[in-house]
Formats: sequence, structure tokens, C-alpha cells
Amino acid sequence: MRQITYRDALREALREEMLRDKTVFVLGEDVGRYWQGAFKVTKGLAEEFGDERVRDTPISESAIVGVAAGAAITGMKPIAEIMFGDLSALAMDQIANQVAKLRYMFGGQTRVPVVIRMPFGAGVNIAAHHSQSLEAWFMHVPGLKIALPSTPYDAKGLLKTAIRDGDPVMFFEHKLLYPLEGPVPEEEYTIPFGVADVKREGEDVTVVATLYMVHKALAAAKMLSKEGIDVEVIDPRTLAPLDKQSIVNSVKNTGRIVIVTEDCKTAGVSAEIAAIVAEESLDYLDAPIKRVAEPDTPIPFSPPLEQFVIPNEKSIIKAVKEIVY
Amino acid sequence: MNLEKEKLLEMYRKMLEIRHFEEKAFELYGQNLVPGTLHLYAGQEAVAVGVCANLRKDDYITSTHRGHGHCIAKGAQLDRIMAEILGKKTGYCKGKGGSMHIADFSVGMLGATAVVGAGIPIASGAGLSIKLRGTDQVVACFFGEGASNQGTFHEGINMAAIWTLPVVFVCENNLYAMGTRQTNVMLIENVAERAVAYGIPGVTVDGNDVLAVYEAAHEAVKRARESRGPTLIECKTYRHKGHSRFDPATYRPKEEVEEWLKKDSVQRFKAKLLEMKILTETEVDKIEQDVIAAVEKAAKFAIDSPCPAPEEALEDVCA
Ligand SMILES: Cc1ncc(C[n+]2csc(CCOP(=O)(O)OP(=O)(O)O)c2C)c(N)n1
Repeated sequence: MRQITYRDALREALREEMLRDKTVFVLGEDVGRYWQGAFKVTKGLAEEFGDERVRDTPISESAIVGVAAGAAITGMKPIAEIMFGDLSALAMDQIANQVAKLRYMFGGQTRVPVVIRMPFGAGVNIAAHHSQSLEAWFMHVPGLKIALPSTPYDAKGLLKTAIRDGDPVMFFEHKLLYPLEGPVPEEEYTIPFGVADVKREGEDVTVVATLYMVHKALAAAKMLSKEGIDVEVIDPRTLAPLDKQSIVNSVKNTGRIVIVTEDCKTAGVSAEIAAIVAEESLDYLDAPIKRVAEPDTPIPFSPPLEQFVIPNEKSIIKAVKEIVY
Repeated sequence: MNLEKEKLLEMYRKMLEIRHFEEKAFELYGQNLVPGTLHLYAGQEAVAVGVCANLRKDDYITSTHRGHGHCIAKGAQLDRIMAEILGKKTGYCKGKGGSMHIADFSVGMLGATAVVGAGIPIASGAGLSIKLRGTDQVVACFFGEGASNQGTFHEGINMAAIWTLPVVFVCENNLYAMGTRQTNVMLIENVAERAVAYGIPGVTVDGNDVLAVYEAAHEAVKRARESRGPTLIECKTYRHKGHSRFDPATYRPKEEVEEWLKKDSVQRFKAKLLEMKILTETEVDKIEQDVIAAVEKAAKFAIDSPCPAPEEALEDVCA
């Protein structure tokens, strides 16, 4: 199968859906022809679809999301890009109080088919305002769906599903994934929400990981296999809906689980997954649930500091070894 | 405006310091010594220097992702700024902040935020504090024209206006926010026109003429210090390089770039000082050599400084 980058996979999804549905359009800061997206995801789209459908906005995150919401409840399918996930904080009212609640609050009269894309993640030394992983903020808001692909294949399939979904979808990418290559078929496909993917099968311990951490978990699994520890790596791919069953089933088989996410540990994504495992499969656990996450600090700038707070292969291996004996 | 020779020379020296500092930072980036990204201030020196030359040490400023020049103009030390940019323990923020987040509270530099527009209400808050504490300090708040489309601009300036806060809002209009031309995202030519909406004075000046900036800021600082409220000053200027390190800035027409390079603030001020006979060619060389030596020394300090220990990442979160 052909190999393309995560960035190109996302762009293909945008392009194909724009060709398929005239109501789909893109808006965001510097997504247009001059800059082509901070991470070049929208490269070439303004040239192909015009400035009306690939719309540069002022630096106004709140209005980007609000305008998307207004267009969405009146017949359009906007895809809003927030340049860095950290800046979603500026749009939080529109996301959490408007976009997420309009359908419910208005008794089902309307739906809000927007996709809000943004990159999360640390690792490139751009410090506290450009490096966070804030998935948990949105997981706490009923009314939002959340997709977070870790591979080019998942990126394309999930983005197409997100655009066709009638409800708001938060679509989280990771800065370090954009150049990653992987197999993506030429032919059309979509990936349903709420279906986790087993990225590696194993018998001894379940590792649930998201976004870039999937790759660190796979690297850790490879090293652990040399020591005879067989790791299963599960990527939920969407956090809302969350495929609890796949996680629980895996735990029933392995009896052990390590959850690896890049967000802060306290009240993070890993906390929710740990709670579900405790609620639904405690009897199958042979060891305590382990979490590997950011140690509740802002992301520091200097490389040794930043590397210290980002979960890595070593911290994953350590956590696995603490419960596999 | 008649300024003393000393003052003029000090301003010239500061502008040169910024210019050479930025050139050095760029050079060190090329040598892979600067982690992350870099938003250079080169080209906009007249704004930071023209404004800060009106400030006392106990006055405040807030700054942005393009903030090295603001720090230098407010009196922060070159060596500790450079050390922060290199991620060293000796940097102003112990390596936690980096190029986009330098702060030096000891000289009233309240820090650079990389969230565009976020510094505006913070500056108003410092102004409120001054008012409540009853001092005669002043705050200068730097931001780009791109930031003036952010909600914080409206909310922050309006609050400063209604409460008559001692803040000088300084919009550095360098015509582009990343690749976005001002004309694509606002229908007015001058950001200063927005002052009308808040009932405060708004002035537009040539941001590449340090004396013009000085004069406008002088008036605004005086007004703020006398508790007569905020002013919005727009300085038309231009960044010499791309937005950040990776940006070749191909969205800017070549003729436009050339046009602006001709209007370079440092060259213009130098010519003016020579013409006014405040400076001689020999003195120009001497100042330049001094500045280059100071920047080299700062770079050496930064390069020779140790990195923070990894566990320091856990410090300073909460008491
Ligand atoms: C709230 C927010 N949105 C977007 C960005 C990404 N970004 C960083 S700098 C920049 C352009 C800022 O333009 P301007 O305010 O004019 O300042 P300049 O870079 O020209 O100095 C953008 C969009 C950000 N850092 N913060």
C-alpha cells in the first residue's frame, strides 16, 4: 500500500470531503494561500477551492468557533482550525457552552455539525503556551465528540467520519505526528467512532495510549518483548464515544493495565480510563492500575526540563515492570 | 522635541543593542544552540526604545512572543536574556520560559505572553494596581496589529478607559500577522482609529522614527502619570525577517521589503545624530564596537552557562 504522511492524510480527507459536499468549508488563522496552515495541513486547498471555502481569519479564536457554530446551525459544515490546542482556551465558551449545548438546550431542534481541529503535544521546545495536551477539558463536556488519531490511516478515516458526523467533533492532532508516514489506501474509507484499534496484540499487559504516546508505547513494547514481556497496545482513537468494551476485554485477558497519555495526570484522560477499568473489571485485575502521564506541571521550555515531564519509553517500561513480575 | 545629548546617545545605543542582539540570536540559532523557535524584533527597535525611553525603572511593561527588544529597552540584562533563549539555568526564567516568555520583574518587565493579545488585560490590571496603590507608575503594553483583532484588545482597553488607568497601549503595526496582511483582516487603515470606540486618544506614528515614537509616548506617559487615563499609540513598522525562524516570508512583495529596509530605524537615527552633530563617525564606530562586545559577552555567558537539572521542571508550580 502507498505510504503518505499524517499531514497529507489529513489534507486528503479535507479535500475529498470538500469535493463531496459543497457545504464543507475551512476557516482559521493562516489556513489560506499565504501560509497554508501553521503545519501545512491545508496546503493547496485555497488554490483549489478558493478563498471563500478556505478562509483566513483574524486572530480571533472565540469568533472562529462561534462563527463556525452559527454557520453550522444554518446549513453549512465548517471545519475550524485552531492553530495550537493551547489557544482553544480563548474559544472555550463557544466550544463548551455554545457548540456543545445548542442541540440539547434547544430540545433537539438543531444540530451543530462542526469539526474543530487543533494540534496538541510537547517535544519541540515551544514552552507553556504552545505545548499542552488538553484532551481532558473537552472530555468533561457532554455534547462533544473527540477523535485523536495516531497514524496517517486513522487520521484520514476519522477526519472523514468527523466531517460527516452531524454533531460537533473535537479533532486532536499531535505536532510530532505530522511528518509520520504510514500506509493509507487510495480508495475511499471511513473509520467509525467508538472503535478502538489494537495496535499490537499481547498477553501479559494492556497498554492504552493516545496520539504520540501510541508510538512510544509501541517502542516500549518492542523493547519489553526482548525481556519476554508481551504487551498489548490499544489506541482508543476516539475518547467520546470511548470504546470501553475493547479496553475491558483486553484487561480481562491480561489482568494488567498501564494507561499512557501526554496530558497532566490529575483529572486527566488516564484518570477516566482508570476509573472505568476499576468500575468494570476490577475482579480481573492481578495488579494495580498504572498511569504514565505528565507530572502536573506546565510544559517547560529548556530541553532537559521538557524531556523530563513528557512520558517516554523508559517511564512506560518502568510502569509495566512494576506490575508484571 | 529637544532631548539632551546623553538621552539621545542612550537611545541610539539601546537600538543598536537590540539589533546586534537579534543578529547574534539568529546566528546562535543557526548553530543549533537555540531550542524551539525565534521571533526576531529586528526592524522594530524604534518602538521599544522610543516608548521605554519615557519610562522609569519602576514603571511596567508587558510584552509578546516578539519580545527581546522590549526586555532590552526596559533595561533587562543581555546575558540573562540570551541565557533564557538558550534554555539555561542562568536565564531570567531558569530555562522554563524561553524566547517567547522572558520576564524581568526587577526592572518592571512583567513578562512576555505568547498567547496573542493576552498581555493587554494584564497591562490594564497592572494599571489598576497602580491606581489602587496610589503610586504614579505607568504601564506600557506592547502588542501587534494582529492582536488588535482579539477580544482581549476590546475588553482590556475598554476597562482601562472607563477606570482611567495609567496604561499606554502600544500597537506595533508591522503589517503582517504571520502570513496575514493587515488589509485582509481589518477594513481600517490605522489601528489607532479604534481608540474612538473607547473614548481615549489614539495616535498613529512612524514606528521607524524613534523620535516620533518618543514624542507620542512622552505625551501618553505624561497623561497616564497624571491620572488622565490610557492612550492607544500605533507605530507603523516592519519586521526585517520572517515571522519566525522557519518563515521565508514569501508573502511579502520584494519591493515592499526593500522599501522598508530603506526606512530602517537604526540607520535613520544614526544619520540624524550625525547630521545634528551629536555623533561623529568615530564615535559611531566606538559605540558599535562597544555594543558588539557586550553582545558577544552575553552570548558567551549564555553558552557557558549550565542547563537546568531535569527535576527543576517540578519547581515553581505552586507553593
Ligand atoms: C491567541 C493566539 N492565536 C494564534 C497564535 C499564533 N500566532 C503567534 S504569533 C501570531 C501573529 C501575531 O501577529 P501580531 O500580533 O501582529 O504580532 P507580530 O507577530 O506581527 O509581532 C500568531 C497568529 C498565538 N500565539 N496566540
